[in-house]
Amino acid sequence: MSKKRKKHYTKATTPGDIVIVILMVILALLCILPVLNVLANALSSPEAIMRREVTIFPVELQTQAFASIIGDSRFMFSLGWTALITVIVVILNLVMTVLAAYPLTYNSLKGRKIISFYMIFTMLFGAGLIPTFMLFRDLGLLNNPLVLILPGMLGVFNMILMRNFFLGIPESLKESAEIDGAGPMTILWKIYIPLSLPSFATIGLFVAVGRWNGFQDALFFLTAAPDWHPIQMLLYNITQNATQVDVASPGGVSVQQWGAAIRNAAIVVAMVPILCVYPFIQKYFVKGATLGAVKG
Amino acid sequence: MNSTVKQSKALVGSSSKADRISQMKGYWSRHWMLYVMLLPPVAFFFVFNYMPMVNILIAFSPNNVVLPVLETGWVGFANFETAFSNHIFMGAIRNTIMFSVLDLVVGFPAPIILALLLNELKFERFKKITQTITYMPHFLSWVIMGGMAVSLFSTNSGAVNNLIVGMGGEAIPFIETPVYWTITNVLMSMWRSVGWNTIIYLAAITNISPEYYEAAEMDGASRLRKMWHITLPGIRPVIVTLLVLTMGGILNADLSRFIAMDNAFVRTVSEVIPTFVYRWGLQSMQFSLAGAIGIFQSVIGMTLLLFSNWLVKKLGGNGFW
Repeated sequence: MSKKRKKHYTKATTPGDIVIVILMVILALLCILPVLNVLANALSSPEAIMRREVTIFPVELQTQAFASIIGDSRFMFSLGWTALITVIVVILNLVMTVLAAYPLTYNSLKGRKIISFYMIFTMLFGAGLIPTFMLFRDLGLLNNPLVLILPGMLGVFNMILMRNFFLGIPESLKESAEIDGAGPMTILWKIYIPLSLPSFATIGLFVAVGRWNGFQDALFFLTAAPDWHPIQMLLYNITQNATQVDVASPGGVSVQQWGAAIRNAAIVVAMVPILCVYPFIQKYFVKGATLGAVKG
Repeated sequence: MNSTVKQSKALVGSSSKADRISQMKGYWSRHWMLYVMLLPPVAFFFVFNYMPMVNILIAFSPNNVVLPVLETGWVGFANFETAFSNHIFMGAIRNTIMFSVLDLVVGFPAPIILALLLNELKFERFKKITQTITYMPHFLSWVIMGGMAVSLFSTNSGAVNNLIVGMGGEAIPFIETPVYWTITNVLMSMWRSVGWNTIIYLAAITNISPEYYEAAEMDGASRLRKMWHITLPGIRPVIVTLLVLTMGGILNADLSRFIAMDNAFVRTVSEVIPTFVYRWGLQSMQFSLAGAIGIFQSVIGMTLLLFSNWLVKKLGGNGFW
């Protein structure tokens, strides 16, 4: 296989190859340039933005927009708070996902089919926003920061993914451990978890991105508790109404005028954590995306 | 230990009551831990997925946000009738379907074409970099996409309009009029997902046997012919599966996308079913009306999902479960 591939790649470069490379370069630029544009807007003077001079390079470089975002205690608190709930949700989610997925790998487990259906049915039919809202109201979760954590503790899709990862571990390992007298907990701890670390990374990262990028729950359930808004919710308010930005305007200029630069600076700051770690963890996402497709 | 006991009993072939009890004991001593493990997930689904279902009754009750749902009375399907005679809601249904169809037409073929091109890339390192870059937009939230839309496409200072004006043209209201907003939205959604969606096709392509290509090369087949006659048919099952599943989601719309890209000028097209439920239900406290719509969407969604899953299996693919 690898030999064949090598042969394939050492063939002479044809004009077709060049055309494809050019197309791919254009595509890659299309992916990068919008991000550069946001960065350029964040670093350009409001006057230059108004004069239509900013595309992908900063014009009349300024760093006050960034300074006012970084100096804004609410924004920075929200960044830290979002990071904290992301870590908490990832840990809780991984524990719950393992607890849900592992027992279902036992064919001998009585009631396994019923429990699987009980879980998978939630993927088929949801009560909807209003019934959920009413429940959260009755449970005291409205305007309660826990609403950003508890409902995200477990998802059926991740449970199925994890179960499939587990089912890929040879049954014989489990059987020989059972003969040695190991119970389910020992087998999970000594065999399944050590062998599933890459899948933990995959699922954990999916959950982390979901939490970092999520704002719907705050929009629905934290309307009266803006202090607990995650970063995307704050960003949503900023992008929706750039003239009502809560951040202090840099010395002497009107917030209105600075709206665009500050808005873009906020976007960059919220984007940076993901863009920085993304290239390094990409392979785990790719693994998850392909495994999600081959479900048993 | 227990299994040996069980086995020896089975060998003797006796099935007295005492034996069955000891077998049960054996089962429980090996499995009780598993049930304990399942308790938290089962409780979780009960609270967050099954308990809200009681509140579905709100859809059949007079709108009353104060009383518990069991004490409000019964109005039959009146809330559903109100919903379907509301022209904004009917517009939301139309918009939801319109965006699903546009996403399908524009967004569905794109990753297939891109996967075919990526597969033809010779230079491994360049291919890796291209993939990393094109997957990236998938990780940008819709809120960020909404902010980007403004800095790229606004009439006053958007980069694209800056270029158009710079070349002597007239600025185009990409995000300020319904038709342009629709186009911008569909294209930005494609931009966000096209790279990521190639992953599944690329994985399918690697499963195609290289022998087909070798045989075709011996016959002197050109690159395009190989793409058309080998690669594309090779990934057809995946294409069909994804197509059916995508069509099953025709009444689904991502609320974040339509909330984050929204602006006051384009409400006629940006209102989709979930945004309608949010605005009329939570913002205007029309619980009963929005609850009725929620049921409508859940029932239709479940039917479509079951049907498309059935169809996928019928066509020989892997369904959702």
